[in-house]
Amino acid sequence: MKRIITTTVINQSGVLNRVTGLLMKRQFNIESITVGHTEQPGISKMTFVVHVEDQRKLEQLLKQLQKQIDVLKVNDISDKAIVTRELALIKVLSPPAVRSEITSIIEPFRATVIDMSKNVITVQVTGDPEKVEAFIDLVRPYGIKEMTRTGATAFVRENQKTPSQQLSIL
Amino acid sequence: MSVQVNTKQAEALGGDVEKQAVQGADIFIQSLQNEGVEMIFGYPGGAVLPIYDALYKNPIPHILARHEQGAIHAAEGYARVSGRTGVVIATSGPGATNLVTGIADAMMDSLPLVVFTGQVASAVIGTDAFQEADIVGITQPITKHNYQVKDVNDLPRIIHEAFHIASTGRPGPVLVDIPKNVSNEIFTMAEVKQTEVNLPGYQPTTTPNFLQIQKVAQAIQKAKKPLVLAGAGVLHAGAAEELTAFIEQTGIPVTNTLLGLGTIHGEHKQFLGMAGMHGTYAANMAICECDCLINIGARFDDRLTGNLEHFAPNAQVIHIDIDPAEIGKNVPTDIPIVADAKEALQALLKLGVSAEGLEEWTAHLDGMKEEYPLQYKKQEEGILPQEAIEMIHKHTRGDAIVTTDVGQHQMWAAQYYKFNHPDHWVTSGGLGTMGFGFPAAIGAQLAKPKETVVAITGDGGFQMTLQELSLLQESQIPVKVVILNNQCLGMVRQWQQTFYQERYSESLMPSQPDFVKLAEAYNLEGYKVTTVEEADEVFEKALNSNKPVLIDCRVKQIENVYPMVAPGKGLHEMIGVKP
Repeated sequence: MKRIITTTVINQSGVLNRVTGLLMKRQFNIESITVGHTEQPGISKMTFVVHVEDQRKLEQLLKQLQKQIDVLKVNDISDKAIVTRELALIKVLSPPAVRSEITSIIEPFRATVIDMSKNVITVQVTGDPEKVEAFIDLVRPYGIKEMTRTGATAFVRENQKTPSQQLSIL
Repeated sequence: MSVQVNTKQAEALGGDVEKQAVQGADIFIQSLQNEGVEMIFGYPGGAVLPIYDALYKNPIPHILARHEQGAIHAAEGYARVSGRTGVVIATSGPGATNLVTGIADAMMDSLPLVVFTGQVASAVIGTDAFQEADIVGITQPITKHNYQVKDVNDLPRIIHEAFHIASTGRPGPVLVDIPKNVSNEIFTMAEVKQTEVNLPGYQPTTTPNFLQIQKVAQAIQKAKKPLVLAGAGVLHAGAAEELTAFIEQTGIPVTNTLLGLGTIHGEHKQFLGMAGMHGTYAANMAICECDCLINIGARFDDRLTGNLEHFAPNAQVIHIDIDPAEIGKNVPTDIPIVADAKEALQALLKLGVSAEGLEEWTAHLDGMKEEYPLQYKKQEEGILPQEAIEMIHKHTRGDAIVTTDVGQHQMWAAQYYKFNHPDHWVTSGGLGTMGFGFPAAIGAQLAKPKETVVAITGDGGFQMTLQELSLLQESQIPVKVVILNNQCLGMVRQWQQTFYQERYSESLMPSQPDFVKLAEAYNLEGYKVTTVEEADEVFEKALNSNKPVLIDCRVKQIENVYPMVAPGKGLHEMIGVKP
């Protein structure tokens, strides 16, 4: 199952390595990982999307992360009301003949053209990963020349609809 | 403060002469003194020259091993027996990488170590400089935590944190990598003070949750067939006394993991012996049949559980562990308790926890103990390894500190040496490290100079670290080395015999060195024994002497460790229970 996990860490060199090394050692497959500063100086936050087999593996993952000395807090936010965002930059082949067609796709997604050349346009799209995915699917037939995605970053919404399930001994 | 003041350097820096200007290396020594370090195990080299120079000026007793692996295993033995943090110093690159096995071993067996490695100067880190290795990267998965010191001003804090992390919570190794320029750098500070540790991400829980303790008490009261499984967590918490009080108060039978041996007196009437792959029949059947399993400080290692599908199938599982990540890792737990074993046992004792109606259960287990004891077939000629262990037990009256490597000799020692004390069994359990036992014995002897220390090793493992014989002679460390010499890698040979149709691929070692001559080459006493009578005589004399001795004990080659749970099988499928 796919889980979204956020980790608050002390911003020191090697912390990212420590966390990803731990996941590698325990054979967890990371789909995406994003890291950046938080509102507090010296504290960073990582968001990663991982695939885990079952609840027990998940509990083990969270506990192992929590065990790291530089890790302050670990949260599995998958079952909570959350906001998730991802940024993708996509270079699409767009000869003049189809350019307006492509532009018409861009608009409903509130994506933006950020660079343009004779036959290629570069589009920036942000949103939750499913939206980004949907957009990519739509432009793929025109020919994607190059693409880069940041991976998801997320946190929980201020108001939670339902209380989420808590693990017993964390 | 005992470090030398260098006023010239302070003046040169335009600093306050009132303040003391000293080198990082001096701060290093001062910090170790502040931590109360009484002994260092190490090996010098280029990147730690400033540190060794500072050590020359302000000595802390230093044990010079002949290989870094010897130094770190000795530190592990010291840590295990003394309960204090072992300290190791090695140089950068090859010195540091030679420590890797010992670091991994200490991690697996939760031994507190602080390992200092020299590093090339900061300016050349990352350039593949002479004797450079990324030891922080290399040891990240096998340390509890590790550091590289980037600024000399961080040195006192990092050292203090390292000792704190290594020795608290679930103990483990912490590595501190110190670039050479940091050791040389000038540090100005009025005094090297120990500051409060501030690690918001590291707050181990030691006090058990009271409601959970109450649940345990209720579960024990309800149980008809309870069983205590005590692991090394009990030893690390210094809770052997509480454990004995707990089982005596409740009458619950008890079994040990390999590393937990000694937490309960080897001849206690409620003790069923060791459980697991080469455990006793009674202990393993107790696990299979119990309805309430109280695991105190063991991590449900696969060598203990056998096939998980058949492990304690009817039991409500209670797991007390200081490391929450161990709970539920291998075996689903019904009542988890994150706590120090000592505090948890004290809480249970305070609650006056009791069990009733256990007569039938204990009588059943006592019957099994009697009917299926550990056994071997005596022979007219030659020495059987089991006999050798029993003789060592006899001549040391169960009071010796015993260290081993991994393999057959380790299992026989675990089975046939009945431990009377909690801090007398030093073995490489988790990692299963050949070459561990002999240097570990040196560390153990240095920690407890008055005790008899016997290193029981195999002829294979001994040859991995035998260069430390130098230490015995040089410092007159009275370790007794007993090599159970079967001219092969015994456990490998046993598995090849059992699971690979007797194809002894590269496990036989017909030409071994003359170990007695080897001892003599190091100016030590050496004996070779080939019969039971000889062995009995030599053991009596050697084990009760106060000199280092090596005994080459020739034992039968084709002898297997039984009983056994074959890999992939459940504990109920033991083989070799009856002759």
